[in-house]
Amino acid sequence: MPRPHSSALHAVPAVRHDGGACHLAGDWSMQALADPGVVASRHEALAHTSVDLRWDLRGVERLDTIGAHLIWRAWGYRLPERVRWSDAQRAVFQALAANRGDHPPPAPPRDDALEWLRAIGDGLARGAANGVALLAMLGQLVLDLGAMLARPRRGPWREISAQVYRTGAQALGITALVGFLIGVVLSYLSAQQLRTFGADRFIVQLLGVSIVRELGPVLAAILVAGRSGSAITAQIGVMRVTQELDAMRVMGISHGQRLILPRVVALSVTMPLLVLWTDALALLGGMLAAKAQLGVSLQWFLQSLPNAISLTNYGIGLLKGVTFGILIALVACHFGLRVEPNTESLGRGTTTSVVTSITGVILVDALYAVIFSSVGI
Amino acid sequence: MDATAQRRLFEESAVTVAPVISVRGLRTAFGDHVVHDNLDLAVLPGEILSLVGGSGSGKTTLLRQIIGLDSPAAGSVQVLGRDLHALTSDEFRRLSQHWGVLFQAGALFSALSVFDNVALPLRELRTLPEDLICDVVMCRLAMVGLTANDADKRPADLSGGMIKRVALARALALDPGLLFLDEPTAGLDPLRSDEFVALVRSLHAQLGFTVVMVTHDLDTLVALSSRVAVLADKRVIACDALERVVRVDHPFIHEFFLGERGRRALGDLAPKETAHGKP
Repeated sequence: MPRPHSSALHAVPAVRHDGGACHLAGDWSMQALADPGVVASRHEALAHTSVDLRWDLRGVERLDTIGAHLIWRAWGYRLPERVRWSDAQRAVFQALAANRGDHPPPAPPRDDALEWLRAIGDGLARGAANGVALLAMLGQLVLDLGAMLARPRRGPWREISAQVYRTGAQALGITALVGFLIGVVLSYLSAQQLRTFGADRFIVQLLGVSIVRELGPVLAAILVAGRSGSAITAQIGVMRVTQELDAMRVMGISHGQRLILPRVVALSVTMPLLVLWTDALALLGGMLAAKAQLGVSLQWFLQSLPNAISLTNYGIGLLKGVTFGILIALVACHFGLRVEPNTESLGRGTTTSVVTSITGVILVDALYAVIFSSVGI
Repeated sequence: MDATAQRRLFEESAVTVAPVISVRGLRTAFGDHVVHDNLDLAVLPGEILSLVGGSGSGKTTLLRQIIGLDSPAAGSVQVLGRDLHALTSDEFRRLSQHWGVLFQAGALFSALSVFDNVALPLRELRTLPEDLICDVVMCRLAMVGLTANDADKRPADLSGGMIKRVALARALALDPGLLFLDEPTAGLDPLRSDEFVALVRSLHAQLGFTVVMVTHDLDTLVALSSRVAVLADKRVIACDALERVVRVDHPFIHEFFLGERGRRALGDLAPKETAHGKP
């Protein structure tokens, strides 16, 4: 039975090699070898010995398989012919001899000169496969939505309601805080520039259009992607790990109907509302900062706001909100369903989901900018 | 050493040998729900002690307290003569190198290959050279019946039985004096289960560690245990060789050991039905 901290006898050298005999002594257990330098010094001492010597292990106080492995290596993985040892020690070495682990085959050489090309190709193929799967998911979603509208009583209303609460109501705090602060920052930044041109009064137009049309939707979408998108992927991913997805399929419950549809519908409802909320808070922050920096009165700011923001801009902001909501939910569900049943895949899936949905949001935003400018609104 | 000789040895040694693990006056409570109250348990060196008890009787909780994952509300847990809850974190780390734990689901690190999983505790010592670690790991894998081809696999690619084997190899990596098994054969088919039992028994004979095992499986229990501790009524109601435990008159023991399944597993060890006047 090993006891902790029993000190090895350092008076007697662990390896004593004289003439044709080699005497081992002291503590050859893992605890002794764990002290720094011990393995190296014993390895060094054993290097000058060979299995053909006469071996004497009777001085060894403690021996376990790790210490025995050190000796076993020096013996060249075979038992010496002339050896004196106790029965217990012989048993340890016989256990090693009986379980001679063959060494793992060397890793195949990786002198693949065109590996980078293959990596690019793999990446593109993977991206295309994801795109196709997302498209198929969107198509299935339309079918599911049609089925739900045809028989609204059977729709997953409870799930939708729960998701609306989780992705909408619970996100109010963080979107408010970030929106408000961005409004303040933007206002301060523009106020400095506008003052140099004496164009102070245009602060309302500048804030109004940029926040309502661009910043509000994108800001809300990025926050929701990080918050709800990751949650959706992780939740569906864990359902894969715990075989809940299989259980649903066995019961004939379609993943599209019960998992994807409620989340997409919920996010397409909550995202425009969150966009409105973020817009309002960002404008509030901008307004207060404008008053502090430029002395613009709150009353005047509010009065000129309706003229600054056209209804079209408002509509564009809301449309973006709906699109981003659907995009985030679809991407999150897609990567959640692709999680394999192990923890590493779960982490990777969640990361990919968030990165993809944020990139997607910005891509779609750029696409909208091009479309709207080409039709002139 | 055959089973009876081993048992006789323990009976003789029980008086003289200091226990490896001694639990005294242990109390565990989750809120108002008391799981253990004034529980005592001693584990002797070299034995295989099985912990049995009904669902919710706190077997796994007790195991977690013995390996220091949870702290009891009262009482002391001594492992290898040291009080677990009076140790500094550094002392605890050194002490914990003396035991290996096989978790119920294996708890292999899914990011690491089989080889790296087994090598991890050895590498954590930070003093062993990589070639020695490689030797030890391959020997451990051979001991649990795995080949070099399995060493590169990921835990996700392994079957349930293989996961248990790798987890056992990892638990044994540091050549611990103490091995804790939590439901070692749960989730294995009878054949794999028997293989695993034979594996633990042969390793026990080769390496001579002490085993504390939590199990529900009567076949495993009968095949491996040198002593059985029965948890019921919030304490250990019996801790003795199996054939004496089954003679203790307690509703749980009747239900667990002397039902139809129990009698089938016990075979000759089961007392005659008339002895208790109960079916």
